[in-house]
Amino acid sequence: MAVCIAVIAKENYPLYIRSIPTENELKFHYTVHTSLDVVEEKISAVGKALVDQRELYLGLLYPTEDYKVYGYVTNSKVKFVIVVDSSNTALRDNEIRSMFRKLHNSYTDVMCNPFYNPGDPIQSKAFDNMVSAMMVQVC
Amino acid sequence: MADEALFQFLHNELIQYVYKSAEQGEMENGRCITRLENMGFRVGQGLIERFTKDTARFKDELDVMKFICKDFWTSVFKKQIDNLRTNHQGIYVLQDNKFRLLAQMSGGKQYLEHAPKYLAFSCGLVRGGLSNLGVKSIVTAEVSTMPACKFQIMIQKM
Repeated sequence: MAVCIAVIAKENYPLYIRSIPTENELKFHYTVHTSLDVVEEKISAVGKALVDQRELYLGLLYPTEDYKVYGYVTNSKVKFVIVVDSSNTALRDNEIRSMFRKLHNSYTDVMCNPFYNPGDPIQSKAFDNMVSAMMVQVC
Repeated sequence: MADEALFQFLHNELIQYVYKSAEQGEMENGRCITRLENMGFRVGQGLIERFTKDTARFKDELDVMKFICKDFWTSVFKKQIDNLRTNHQGIYVLQDNKFRLLAQMSGGKQYLEHAPKYLAFSCGLVRGGLSNLGVKSIVTAEVSTMPACKFQIMIQKM
């Protein structure tokens, strides 16, 4: 049900970014890039208790007129960003959380793959399939 | 986790293999130790990703070190670190009084000169784990009496 899914490394460059429909890719790249600022703000929020400091799931980062952007940071400072269509109001928080869970599990599998060098773009077919399964329902 | 004997045997064979396949010149200048350490580094990165999948976010460096001493060490070596000391300026000393990978070798001073080979992989393991958590460090190990050993971690401030 997602429109765009991105995995960003701890140095803030994208390891994996995929969106449908594929014509407007640049717009999604831009959206994900601007959401990184919000992510940084959330993980460094010292005094405010807006986000539970110990949780990995960051929740809704910011809504635009067409889309809602959600974020998740792992302990290794890798960020996952999911962009969903605003018109799809049936999506509950739990579903987004479970999508991030699946993303994290697949990312861990990619990390443990001996053919993968940390820091390279993700090219694993298994990861691709998992992401496709999460995105296919939109069309 | 699988039975720890499996990893110990594999680790010992790994060290034998690296030294056997090294050329003459390499043995003296410590290239083998570096190779073992780099292997440990990559393994550490992957292991940490798996272990921290479900844990809460780490508040600061000390939190990271405590995680390494307790959860990480328990998962890999089936026991916790016995003593953690720090000077609060980026140097941590982890003391393990009965290091699993050395326990089978000797109980005193015998074979002391071979100990560094067997510690290289574990040093890399710790360095890889820390690097994936965002902490750049240099990890060294020293043994005075087997099987107790001390790992010294120097945090590199960017």
